[in-house]
Amino acid sequence: MSAYQFVDHTYDVVVVGAGGSGLRATMGLAEAGLETACLSKVFPTRSHTVAAQGGISAALGNMGEDDWRFHFYDTIKGSDWLGDQDAIEFMCKEAPSAVLELEHFGVPFSRTEDGRIYQRPFGGMTTHYGKGIAQRTCAAADRTGHAMLHTLYQQSLKHNANFFIEYFAIDLIMQDGECRGVVALDLATGTLHRFRAHMVILATGGYGRAYFSCTSAHTCTGDGGGMVLRAGLPVQDMEFVQFHPTGIYGAGCLITEGVRGEGGILRNADGERFMERYAPNAKDLASRDVVSRSMTVEIREGRGVGAEQDHIFLHLEHLGADVIHKRLPGIAETARIFAGVDVTRQPIPVLPTVHYNMGGIPCNVHGEVVTRRGDDANAVVPGLMAVGEAACVSVHGANRLGSNSLLDLVVFGRAAARHCAEVVKPGVGHRALPADAGDLSLSRLDRYRHAKGPQRTAAVRLAMQRVMQNDAAVFRTGSSLEEGCQKLAGVFQGLGEVGLEDRSLVFNTDLIETLELENLLLQAAATIHSARNRTESRGAHAREDFPERDDEQWMKHTLAWVGGDGQVCFDYRPVQLQTLTADVEAVPPKARTY
Amino acid sequence: MAEFSLPPESRFKEVPGRKHAAPEGASRVKTFRIYRWDPDGTEKPRVDNYEIDLDRCGPMVLDALIKIKNEVDSSLTFRRSCREGICGSCAMNIDGVNTLACTKPIEDVRKDVNIFPLPHMPVIKDLVPDLTHFYAQYASIKPWLQARTPAPPDRERAQSPEDQEKIDGPSACILCACCSTSCPSYWWNGDRYLGPAALLAAYRWLVDTRDEATGERLDELEDPFRLYRCHTIMNCTEACPKDLNPAKAIAEIKKMMLERHL
Repeated sequence: MSAYQFVDHTYDVVVVGAGGSGLRATMGLAEAGLETACLSKVFPTRSHTVAAQGGISAALGNMGEDDWRFHFYDTIKGSDWLGDQDAIEFMCKEAPSAVLELEHFGVPFSRTEDGRIYQRPFGGMTTHYGKGIAQRTCAAADRTGHAMLHTLYQQSLKHNANFFIEYFAIDLIMQDGECRGVVALDLATGTLHRFRAHMVILATGGYGRAYFSCTSAHTCTGDGGGMVLRAGLPVQDMEFVQFHPTGIYGAGCLITEGVRGEGGILRNADGERFMERYAPNAKDLASRDVVSRSMTVEIREGRGVGAEQDHIFLHLEHLGADVIHKRLPGIAETARIFAGVDVTRQPIPVLPTVHYNMGGIPCNVHGEVVTRRGDDANAVVPGLMAVGEAACVSVHGANRLGSNSLLDLVVFGRAAARHCAEVVKPGVGHRALPADAGDLSLSRLDRYRHAKGPQRTAAVRLAMQRVMQNDAAVFRTGSSLEEGCQKLAGVFQGLGEVGLEDRSLVFNTDLIETLELENLLLQAAATIHSARNRTESRGAHAREDFPERDDEQWMKHTLAWVGGDGQVCFDYRPVQLQTLTADVEAVPPKARTY
Repeated sequence: MAEFSLPPESRFKEVPGRKHAAPEGASRVKTFRIYRWDPDGTEKPRVDNYEIDLDRCGPMVLDALIKIKNEVDSSLTFRRSCREGICGSCAMNIDGVNTLACTKPIEDVRKDVNIFPLPHMPVIKDLVPDLTHFYAQYASIKPWLQARTPAPPDRERAQSPEDQEKIDGPSACILCACCSTSCPSYWWNGDRYLGPAALLAAYRWLVDTRDEATGERLDELEDPFRLYRCHTIMNCTEACPKDLNPAKAIAEIKKMMLERHL
């Protein structure tokens, strides 16, 4: 291994990832005076937060009555009672201050006539516990994520944060169950780096690219989840994968729920507004799992549109060119480029498309990574935190509401920085790293770099994506999940037989894509095995052989550990049904209708 | 006339590269001619030819690049992420024009598709330019809200829809660098001229009613190079894949300079 030399760094805190949550954490840490390094495999404004469109939820009440308690209730109902109510209380209560803070940072929010932040309706967002429709989602036209991500990067520049850009984090450095740092590859120079820190915060995003068709960017490969699994720690609730109702048919690009928030309507081949049948109250603004299932049923029963009758139309022509130009300019552009559609005259062809991972690295409300150790279901992993889509706090439970994701990023990114400021004292000395720190990363990197097997990385990745797309879809059954698990075991063998063409170290994307594939594959295994294991239907996890929610058996979080060979084992953590404070009453489980 | 010389990896003579023929039975073949340069090797830059069957490829240039990397030559190196024109990763020179590979239809190119890295930037490898200096210039204009008046503690700073509209366009920049690297002034004086992207960002803050550092921001730009190397060539606006207008923003800044001297 002497062919490789490490460059060593020491920081108080290392943040891995520079999307919304990673940047919010980074700027908070820099502001608090902690020596912080933020590593990102892409330049910060290229992170996938940039693609978020519709907005960020907060009960500001700028456009009608609202209360964070309504938001709290909606989020719990949206989660199908798998969300932890203490964390949901924290998020919804913090939401108004977190969003106002963003405005104060300079986010170019759209405005109401009286100069306040513009808010639009979104799926599952109601007033008075389901009675009215809330206008809660704060928007910067239809590029809210872009506006936020750029602003957070700007704030990080203002606070002089240390960025390591185009550094790919390979593995955690673990010692006796404690996280001591990370190993990373600098793409531009091909040099290897060890970062030692009192705290590592994983803000690495989701793993949407485990599927064939997703709204996620190519870079959404769940690298943090992969690192955690290799470190022998579990991931949580991975069976819950959100299908966004409106990905563009074919291209998979996202069309925001904000379209329906502004009055857009889904219609089947008969021209029927079918959501009226499935969700008489909320209609097109029911939560995403409900709408995606309804669309899938329509297509299955022969009412899909197009030559193959395999998709649905999203109409917004009736909104008028003014509203489209002002509120949805990006959608008009995306539909024109990727569907060849003029949205002022024609509907957009859409299909439920993989969009978000409710599951991730199990955390408590401070962002500390937890695991189960014996009877302790909340055992903290020292030195390790997670935020954003990479984490599973869990505020989204079995199904996330639209516009709660951007909120999750800033609320928990900010909370993580605060928590570090409490527990990490600036400038406290570091123990030496173990002598073999980073050896695991080196052996993996070296093995792949020189791999001469018969399989292309892209072919193995495609095989995985096909399995996930076919066997862990909107609707699932035991037999297809069983088949999927077996096929995926075959894909794991394929990973052992890859061959690379690029043997260099400088910007070797052949190598990076292979390391990413391993991360994806570990989480694909966790996802499909957890889905087979959970014999009920809840939120985004719809089992045709077990169509009912089973609170007796399954109101619990799945913990999944994945071995290098793809073997998965399970344990569980209870769902937190108590609130954090007496400010709001817990919402006991009941039937979920929209 | 300014003198300039290109870095060695940009000095490019047509060296015949490798040819990858289309698979047998291909029905609609298109040739992609792609710049290749490996920093580890001793070879000079070359252009490789890849024949792709368009009937088995997505509609965008990025689809073709990914197809090549997945199925023909996994060593081909380029940046990409969102594939929908919002992250700005896959900016490159396609058919002689700087644009995003993910939103550029292959059909728009009539003959062979020539693909090169963004011009006049140091190349790290293949289609990956080094944008360090470009990012540093962006940071140099202090692209964050500066206000002495404290923000109201429990509500937003007010801004009318009309005032918001002024920043709505300029703040939609994705920092892809298509504009700056299409600007001859930036090619010649990129070390000192800020270029259209950074100036558009400066303009975004100059016209934000919430920002109170207009004077300081203009002071910083009052310089024969930083701002005034713009000669209104308009390549920037022509190139912008988001249909923004950096040339107009720069003209507005020059107007503000004039007005404050009146």
